[in-house]
Amino acid sequence: MEYEKKDTRSGFGEGLLEAGRRNPKVVAFCADLTGSLKMGDFAKEFPDRFFQTGIAEANMTNMAAGMALSGFVPFTGTFAAFATGRVYDQIRQCVAYSNKNVKIAASHAGVTLGEDGATHQILEDIGLMKMLPNMTVIVPCDFNQTKNATIAAAEYEGPVYLRFGRPKVPNFTPADEKFVIGKAQMLQEGTDVTIFACGHLVWKAIQALPNLKENGINAELINIHTIKPLDVESVLKSVAKTRCVVTAEEHQRNGGLGDSIAQVLALNNPVPMEMVAVDDVFGQSGTPDELMKAYHLDTPDIVEAVKKVIKRK
Amino acid sequence: MNINELKRVASQVRRDIIRMVHGCQSGHPGGSLGATDLVTALYFDQMQIDPSNFQMDGKGEDMFFLSNGHISPMFYSILARRGYFPVSELATFRRLGTRLQGHPTTAEGLPGVRIASGSLGQGLSVAVGAAQAKRLNNDPHLVFVLMGDGEQDEGQIWEAAMYAGAKKIDNLVGILDYNKKQIDGPTDVVMNLGDMRAKYEAFGWKVIELNGNDMQQVVDALNEARKGAHQGMPLLLLAHTEMGMGVDFMMGTHKWHGTPPNDEQAANALSQLEETFGDY
Repeated sequence: MEYEKKDTRSGFGEGLLEAGRRNPKVVAFCADLTGSLKMGDFAKEFPDRFFQTGIAEANMTNMAAGMALSGFVPFTGTFAAFATGRVYDQIRQCVAYSNKNVKIAASHAGVTLGEDGATHQILEDIGLMKMLPNMTVIVPCDFNQTKNATIAAAEYEGPVYLRFGRPKVPNFTPADEKFVIGKAQMLQEGTDVTIFACGHLVWKAIQALPNLKENGINAELINIHTIKPLDVESVLKSVAKTRCVVTAEEHQRNGGLGDSIAQVLALNNPVPMEMVAVDDVFGQSGTPDELMKAYHLDTPDIVEAVKKVIKRK
Repeated sequence: MNINELKRVASQVRRDIIRMVHGCQSGHPGGSLGATDLVTALYFDQMQIDPSNFQMDGKGEDMFFLSNGHISPMFYSILARRGYFPVSELATFRRLGTRLQGHPTTAEGLPGVRIASGSLGQGLSVAVGAAQAKRLNNDPHLVFVLMGDGEQDEGQIWEAAMYAGAKKIDNLVGILDYNKKQIDGPTDVVMNLGDMRAKYEAFGWKVIELNGNDMQQVVDALNEARKGAHQGMPLLLLAHTEMGMGVDFMMGTHKWHGTPPNDEQAANALSQLEETFGDY
């Protein structure tokens, strides 16, 4: 089936607008990337509730925390690299530790940011954010899911890190699907292996399914769109059935989705596991497709990882 | 409250500070003593607040943020003496399980504290956000934030100063505790701050300069700031203070920035500070 290709950041832009229409307390800050974050429609419809901060992410993050005190629901918008690493201490002290209702919207995550190169291609942000107590970490997989996740984040009380990206990818989840924070999404039931994926890697994993089937492998595919809190129950239920795991993410192996799954398995039900992730290196310039291949984040890499892990059973 | 009454409160606050840092043998007495007069005047004379019914959102009230969180003994003493929580709780400062953490936090639910501080340079931004929230809510009350001079080294201070000036955040009063000392020594040596009045004025602020340890001047300056609010510019009280104010051997040096007095030193310090409202 052919799906329309749309960028997840546009899903955020639409979700923010919808959240703003539903709740007059929703406000938005942006550090000079309104176009990139697709926040323009919100800014146009709610000029009094949109705050252009200039290129000053630290100030933006703490202003959002200060505004959240009064019952507002602030979103901050910038690239994932500047939304996390640049302002880690601000998030840690005034958002996570102070438990303020700030939504950190982070676009252009991972190597699919493309030609700008490694300075902008953060691959460590999931780890940085999931380590913080009180922080919820959401990595939706397509346009519709990002839109619905944005609306869900606005309705949820507490700090949220919402990670999405730049490229246009197939928009395959239903437009009207309610996003439930912390609930893993079963995409394909199977018996031989469980693939846990997030973000852009979910579509890559879907594309792997026909190939696996041809090879006689009946794979289960679960979209872990909420890295934290992790749906431990769904993870363990699936693994009890399939007895081996592949994780797939556009992130460092250290600190990412695979790392979270590995922790659950090690503590509860150790089974063979392979991780499709970036292996302790920085990215580089290139097209998104080239980079996904170069860093072994593509569909064939998932297929290979599945074959390898099944042999280890 | 008249000036003499405010001075009597400040004297008790200074006693509390000495007893708190002496009690747990840690904490920051120097800056706490120096900023006491500023925050005493805010809480006991200037701010419209309801300590008996602390609300996180500060709606219909003035709000205060402490950016230089390490002078928490001063903040805690004033909150307790003003009625936010029992004065007896000051004895738990920095002890395991206390709501009076080394640096102020919200995690333990201490009334009067709205956000964590301690990592420096962040409070001005928080205050700007809170001030903007008041504007959205059509709440004419003011937001006050106390900053240290050492933390003016932080780049984020100037992000926030630029924003507040550019966006005309005129319900915001910054107070700079300008004691000219930081941990490693005089600010002139560690990082020369240059002309702070000119710097803030260049960022679009109205600056009011005062002796921050002269209670009359503090009250006058705060009154002037209140009159100057809502006129298109953020306000800064450039308050010249003396680290260790009120205790002779703690003044004129940065040595007491983060050092507690021993038994003998504490007794000496307390002998210089009148017990006006009863020790906790």
